[in-house]
Amino acid sequence: MTSSRNQILGNIRRGLQRDLLTGDALDQVRTRLREHPANTVPARSQLPQDQQIALFESMANEAAAELIELKTLEALPGTVAEFCRENGIDQLVSASDPALTALDWSGIDNLEITHRVAQAGDSASLTTSFCGIAETGTLMLLSGPHSPTTLNFLPDTHLVLLKQSQIVGAYEEAWARLRQHSDAMPRTVNMITGPSRSADIEQKLQMGAHGPKRLIILLLRD
Amino acid sequence: MQIHSPEFKQRAGDALDNANLQRALGNLRDGFPQKRAAAVARMPEFEQLRNEGRDLKNHILANLDFYLEQFEDNVIKQGGQVHWARDGEEARRAILEICRNAGAKTVTKGKSMVSEEINLNDYLEANGVKPVETDLGEYILQLREDHPSHIIAPAIHLNLDDVSDIFHKKHNRPRSEDPAELMQEAREMLRKQFVAADVGITGANFCVAETGSTIIVTNEGNGDLTQTLPRVHVVITTIEKVVPTLEDMTLFLRLLARSATGQEFTVYNTLSSGPRRPEDQDGPEEFHVVLLDNGRSEMIGSEFQEMLRCIRCSACMNHCPVYGAIGGHAYGWVYPGPMGSVLTPKLIGVDKAGHLPNASTFCGKCESVCPVKIPLPKLMRHWREREFERHLSPKGFRFGLGTWAWFARRPGLYRWVSRSSSWFLKRLGGKQGRIRSLPLGKGWTAWRDMPAPQGSTFMDQWKRHQQTQQQKNKG
Repeated sequence: MTSSRNQILGNIRRGLQRDLLTGDALDQVRTRLREHPANTVPARSQLPQDQQIALFESMANEAAAELIELKTLEALPGTVAEFCRENGIDQLVSASDPALTALDWSGIDNLEITHRVAQAGDSASLTTSFCGIAETGTLMLLSGPHSPTTLNFLPDTHLVLLKQSQIVGAYEEAWARLRQHSDAMPRTVNMITGPSRSADIEQKLQMGAHGPKRLIILLLRD
Repeated sequence: MQIHSPEFKQRAGDALDNANLQRALGNLRDGFPQKRAAAVARMPEFEQLRNEGRDLKNHILANLDFYLEQFEDNVIKQGGQVHWARDGEEARRAILEICRNAGAKTVTKGKSMVSEEINLNDYLEANGVKPVETDLGEYILQLREDHPSHIIAPAIHLNLDDVSDIFHKKHNRPRSEDPAELMQEAREMLRKQFVAADVGITGANFCVAETGSTIIVTNEGNGDLTQTLPRVHVVITTIEKVVPTLEDMTLFLRLLARSATGQEFTVYNTLSSGPRRPEDQDGPEEFHVVLLDNGRSEMIGSEFQEMLRCIRCSACMNHCPVYGAIGGHAYGWVYPGPMGSVLTPKLIGVDKAGHLPNASTFCGKCESVCPVKIPLPKLMRHWREREFERHLSPKGFRFGLGTWAWFARRPGLYRWVSRSSSWFLKRLGGKQGRIRSLPLGKGWTAWRDMPAPQGSTFMDQWKRHQQTQQQKNKG
């Protein structure tokens, strides 16, 4: 494999008619990695925050995500319970994120709530999110000890808490937040725009292929 | 995939006569181009993004060795492994070894054209590892023992009936003709496979040097289940997929979804960086990236280097009148349409794939929709030249071209001959101006009338035009 590696890299350098990068050329590419300059950022999302929120909502709707407004964080357990009752869901797998577990779930009697990774057959999951991207109504979720990735994909319905203050305009702003949040990349970064779908049969769009059939964004005013 | 490109002419003819295929291709022609146009219209900066995409790819290719080494370093730093493979054989062996070390009986697979390129499924199967395709289209094809005919819509050549039939046969369930029900069936069947698999294999749309991450772009979520549930995640990808930073990846993501399906953004854009962290509750314990070359490094510095800008969006084939008429299987290998007509001769040899760059009207639509502005017609022309130089083109073609060249080097004679043959053809066309049968042009007149030349030759008209201009200038 080492010889394959050297041969491939050697071929590339031969094609480029040079040896290893040195001097200014090397500085230039190193600087690009260090400073990660943005390319053109579409003007669409460069708006005051209230309009970014409105853009997020309309783009998420367009992608067939469903939005439920939360006036306070304390209202979350009741809202989730009501949604589940209306949709015949009696089991919920929840992320163990303190933002969720710290809430008062004691009055909820129509839901069996567990904190674990998702399993085949789970009907609904509840997670937090890292941010929302207004440009396309996209959620960004990070894997971590309190946010297993399977929760985002196995259950039929995925409920996600997003605070309005977590909404940014463009993807580039999300990367900036991610770099600020931690030095290392999490194992998985999920950018999710609406529920799962496929058009593989006669190019006709059907919702709910392998991932969640419904994506519910619980949008908290803060 | 087995190579059938040498039989292109036969396969193209069969495709035109295949009523079911023609019905299925209607779905393509009516879908993708309009959706792309609508998405582009909503993004005023799209043209600027295309220019930046082209320039950034050129920058990456000029520094490809550096970015690949950075990518490798960062994968390793996060606990992942990188396997360099010069060709399909090396890539297959690396993947089989990973599967064997994991004691794998079944592997789930996200959609990967590179895995088709190296014939991975047959190889794994022959070595006792069962591959299970999880993308809906690929799953349908695997049940049918069929192959993709399009790089993002693999089952575009099939109709609803075909899916109903094969699911009924393989799933032992009542036959359904409802696409939603059929998809639900596939969802249920594959759920068990996702959980049972020991290894998950995905491709990568991009590899980010800055972070050592790979990214997959899917609408179904199958790729995510494939790479999250098994103990081992293998990424099979090629060397030109590396990009410097997350910001650079972002530029291509903005171009990719709009050019491919006409979506604002694909549903799932997922970055994977190394194996699961010690504190994580799920995710794979091993993360392997197989970096395949397979002839690509030789394209650097050649007249085909620009082809390495390709981000596999499929816009070129979606807009191609030839692809639209014959579908992907006629091209006889993994990559169809204009991008395939340039790439395939490089990967399997122009002796086998010489027909492909000839199967173009050079209408230029492919280049005009390419998100990274690859001059596809120009690159196909390079192949035609190579084919001619290597005496691979048919005798009749060479004779015709040789005759034309002989005349073209004798302008006076050329003009006289074209003037007189155009006079003759005009006579032949009669009052209707159409020629019903032409001795040397049966290939044309067997199917349609040939319009007879009208008026004088171009050179005569040009001469007159210049004389008038001169008179005007004098006056």
